[in-house]
Amino acid sequence: MFGYYMDLALRSLRRNKVLTALMVLAIAVGIGASMTTLTVMHLLSGDPLPGKSGTLFYPQVDADPTNDYSHTDPLDVMDYRSAVDLWSAHRADRQALIVDSKLKVQAPEVNLPSLMEMMLSTTSDFFPMFDVPFQYGSGWSADDDEKHARVAVISADLNNKLFGGTNSVGRALRLRDTDVRIVGVLKPWRPSPQFYMVAGGRFANGQTDDFYTKPEDVFTPFTSGLEINDGNFWQFTCWHMPDTPGHLQNAPCVWIRLWVELGSAAKVADYRSFLAGYAAQQKALGRITHADNTRLRSLMQWLDLNHVVPSDVHLQTWLAFAFLAICLFNTVGLLLAKFLRRSGEIGVRRALGASRRAVFAQCLVEAGLIGLLGGIGGWLLTLIGLWLVRRQPTVYADMAYLDASMFFTTFVLAIMVSLLAGALPALRASRIAPALQLKTL
Amino acid sequence: MQIKPILAAMRHHRAGTVLIALQIALTLAIVCNALFIIQQRMAHLSEPTGIDEANLFVIRNQWAAQSSTPQIDAQIQADLAAMRQLPAVRDASPSNSYPLRGGGWDNFITLMPEQVQPTTDGSVYLGDEHMIDTLGVKLVAGRNFRADEVGRIGLREDVFPPAVIVTKALAERLYPDGSALGKPLYAMSPAPSTIIGIVDLLQRQGVSTWDTTYAYQSLLWPMRLADPHGLYYIVRAKPGQLAAAMREVPTALYAQNRMRIIDPKDGELSFAQVRERAYDSDRGMAILMGIISIVLLAITAAGIVGLTSFWVGQRRKQIGIRRALGATRRDILSYFLTENLLIGCIGVVIGTVLAIGINLWMVTQFEMARLSLGYVVIGVIVLLLLGQASVLTPAMRASRVSPVEATRSV
Repeated sequence: MFGYYMDLALRSLRRNKVLTALMVLAIAVGIGASMTTLTVMHLLSGDPLPGKSGTLFYPQVDADPTNDYSHTDPLDVMDYRSAVDLWSAHRADRQALIVDSKLKVQAPEVNLPSLMEMMLSTTSDFFPMFDVPFQYGSGWSADDDEKHARVAVISADLNNKLFGGTNSVGRALRLRDTDVRIVGVLKPWRPSPQFYMVAGGRFANGQTDDFYTKPEDVFTPFTSGLEINDGNFWQFTCWHMPDTPGHLQNAPCVWIRLWVELGSAAKVADYRSFLAGYAAQQKALGRITHADNTRLRSLMQWLDLNHVVPSDVHLQTWLAFAFLAICLFNTVGLLLAKFLRRSGEIGVRRALGASRRAVFAQCLVEAGLIGLLGGIGGWLLTLIGLWLVRRQPTVYADMAYLDASMFFTTFVLAIMVSLLAGALPALRASRIAPALQLKTL
Repeated sequence: MQIKPILAAMRHHRAGTVLIALQIALTLAIVCNALFIIQQRMAHLSEPTGIDEANLFVIRNQWAAQSSTPQIDAQIQADLAAMRQLPAVRDASPSNSYPLRGGGWDNFITLMPEQVQPTTDGSVYLGDEHMIDTLGVKLVAGRNFRADEVGRIGLREDVFPPAVIVTKALAERLYPDGSALGKPLYAMSPAPSTIIGIVDLLQRQGVSTWDTTYAYQSLLWPMRLADPHGLYYIVRAKPGQLAAAMREVPTALYAQNRMRIIDPKDGELSFAQVRERAYDSDRGMAILMGIISIVLLAITAAGIVGLTSFWVGQRRKQIGIRRALGATRRDILSYFLTENLLIGCIGVVIGTVLAIGINLWMVTQFEMARLSLGYVVIGVIVLLLLGQASVLTPAMRASRVSPVEATRSV
């Protein structure tokens, strides 16, 4: 029967080309708009480390002793002392200290002008902990961290820029005035968002585009980085003016992030009590006053708290779906007109023995076919929409591509929408009284 | 025109009526809010900076050699002398930033040294005695910096100037009685700075939501930024010679000293480019909203045409009978126009409620302002006119139905 209905649907669509085109276009535009924004939303709100994010946690302690505000949540990042103490305890499966800074980069053997790049100073666990992919070489060892080794890992981008994409492991890189040896080159790596640097999103008023910047181009051991670029580290915030801006080791400032990996629920509970114990101990020492204000949030909880998806993107998504709703109403109206116009034909079918169900099915097949055509149009419009997004100057523009799951979503959504749109008109058509129609033929 | 028969007919095709009304309602709700968003973003991106944008450009100068603070300061003065001699250049000043840079240095400002809660916030611009002339801002009270007042600030130095120039907005915020000139302020500094001059209008470095609370609150410090990282040179070209000046200045700087980095891509920006970058996302959003509104209106119009055409086709016989009984073409035409107007009215009433509802929801979600009723009124008029325009063609077709139709297949 499906084949027959398909044939009928094709004939019917061909009969009134303008109306058909109008319906297909309405669905295509609605799907195109909503899939474009949905793809951007999917891209920005997704899990940056699927399968692994549940084991990553972001500890926080409140080292600010002042009482200028309510302390409902600890500051978003940590002071040097707390971060290094917690890291040195090695109570998690893996732990990484993180701080970024800007510095001048040059390859002494390559005749290219110096570049200003972001450097991420971190500890050796960073690479295995965040599944960072390597093209050549590998990360440094825990021993390198301890010995303040002058080594670096560079991004694929920087490797292309400086060394033309060749294996540069073992070559020298000049970071400000210090020569370091390259031990690893990353594969192109673009987590979305750049989750390990996320902080302060609650105070950004929805303008959180910066969370989607590319990862840094140079990675150095934490201890070495602090020495190489001393004087150029900027605070997240301070509760007093630092004595030596840029050198914050003993400053009343927060500026370092700590991430830990905890493999099981028991370990999470253990770490939580370790964190509370550390804060209590520091309170006893008189260094901090808000000892009970500690947090251990999982990666996804931390991203949620920071409202990482920019509010403009939310607004656009809502708008696109309202848009789809209007297209849906439009299609319902046109399908209703179309089906009821064929009342005579349907009357004859019913008189010849077709059940209401059969008429309903026939109408839905026609609606579904429109949905399929609309889906193809919507897919093309989505590609154009994403191309337009990529031309925007936003930081996440380069990631706006349609992946397989969103490709299928496009068609599923299109057919669902058209079946939904077809349901009411089909119901009305199936209720046509055959006798009345036959009389007017 | 009799409304009653129209209402009776509408009762017969309830589904279609409801659909068109709902479509009009939703379109109205979205178009009103979209227009409102467009207007807000456009208003935001056309805010003046107060400076001579047409003739200004900025150079991001980074130092390639490591040198001491006095050496850098000497180099900056040499650079400035070289730039000011160029034929196309009117004036130049060293600075840490420029308006619309997208954020940067700003300090909380207090009126007392021990005050915990800041009075307000000010965007900090460093510059020398040429800064006011370079920017082209108007000094409305007091005086400019003297050359001997201009100091230098190196890396990791906490230097605070004894004399500052502030914008009128900041002066009025700090001293609402208008007595700011000669009064002290503390910009996170231990010692007071005296306000020696007030300039008319000077936009902040950032224009984000956070900055809007402190819009146009800027202060000028008489200092050269002798930081080993580099600084910005703000250059004002002579009228009409911007392109020439933008060519000459980098060449002159490199001729002065080669040990510097001026990024070939965005190391030198005309102010038009600066403005474009600062308001990228606002312009993008306004264009997007515009496109969405137009497409929505087109789809709604197409829907009305489609459904009305169907109704006309369905009622050919009734139209024929009415014509045969003496109705004129004009009667038939006005029947369909009135019917559409009635449906449109139902639609816009629901739509107005929806528009206000959506706006109230956006106020809580996206920190948006309240929708002014003007937009709803514009939206209502646009949609009713659109409805009448789209119904016109099918209605004309209906009016041409010949009375003979009545006699066929009765």
